[in-house]
Amino acid sequence: MNGDQMMRAHSATLPAPEFANPAWVTPVELAKATVAIVTSAALHASDDEGFTAGDTGYRLIDSSRRDLVLGHWSPNFDHTGVKMDLNVVYPIDRLEELAQRGVIGAVAPRHVSFAGNQPDDVATIRLDTGPAAAAALRQDGVDIVILTPV
Amino acid sequence: MSVLAHVFEAAGIATIVLSSIREMAVKVAPPRALHCEFPLGRPLGRPLDPEFQHDVLARAFALLNETSGPVLVDHPEVIEADDQPVSCSLPPRFDPSLPPSVDEARGLRKAYDRALAKRGVTSVGRVMSADEVPNALGMLHAIANGQDWTTAGLPGGNTIAVCHDIRTYYEEAALELVDGPLPGGRAMEDWFFDRTEAGATVLAARAAIRDSGGKFPIWFYMTPGQR
Repeated sequence: MNGDQMMRAHSATLPAPEFANPAWVTPVELAKATVAIVTSAALHASDDEGFTAGDTGYRLIDSSRRDLVLGHWSPNFDHTGVKMDLNVVYPIDRLEELAQRGVIGAVAPRHVSFAGNQPDDVATIRLDTGPAAAAALRQDGVDIVILTPV
Repeated sequence: MSVLAHVFEAAGIATIVLSSIREMAVKVAPPRALHCEFPLGRPLGRPLDPEFQHDVLARAFALLNETSGPVLVDHPEVIEADDQPVSCSLPPRFDPSLPPSVDEARGLRKAYDRALAKRGVTSVGRVMSADEVPNALGMLHAIANGQDWTTAGLPGGNTIAVCHDIRTYYEEAALELVDGPLPGGRAMEDWFFDRTEAGATVLAARAAIRDSGGKFPIWFYMTPGQR
């Protein structure tokens, strides 16, 4: 069993919160939508505050930035793909291309980064930092987010 | 990610998750998920392959056409994490008075600097700069040979951060030295731990801390769990 297989098998056993009556948003037309990225790769701009181990906060990333640091604390996944091509985790150039082609309405001015290794109860991101990050994107007029896990 | 999808959806934003752990997507049931059985750490699948990345995004955005959820669709392609060490030359022994890993890290500095110049950014720097990597390896070498890790002088006193910075320094340097195709999902990890003196030093120091009664998190997260 390789490292990815072990991690997938382990992660499948972790506790998971249940969401009763989950929300469902009927999206606006994609060609008119403002789209943002939300990643759990703990990416942050090089001059922004790094992530601590167990960090439950988030960092906003300006859409123009490409000088991003990988601040994730897990040694259990590949860290080199994103060094070769930021878009394999954070598909910012792909979204810019889709906006230029008119497939999406616009790329959001800011995107959101969390650290994927959260406490098991995920209470803070559910009740505090997650809603705060969503509110920040709502302020920017974001209609749709694509979430990329690490 | 699936948890955050519920949070953002509740705030009025439509969400699509690129799932990497299928069982978790089933359990947490985010509104829309495209499961991508790709190497962990590469949710868009293939670096430097815009066409493939656009295919992933197109399939993800197509889920917005569904009128109710939860929706969980599998991307049709599976990409296995390459489990063979990448082909990457290492510097020859230069100063035999130094521990091998210290000598090796010094020899990789030019490649690291080229990588930094090309990318303009480095992820080395949690607790030390690239300048300090050889010395940190010297400390791990001493720990592997019996020194108490708490008095070894590790930057930040943090075994995990030190190992992240060392491995990052090596991997960023190695991306400048790789021969042949781009490294797959586990190829660089395998190279670091199976081929380099630094990887051997980290593993030996980790074992020494474990065997001397160090607390689990102090040593366990110095390397991937399966190591």
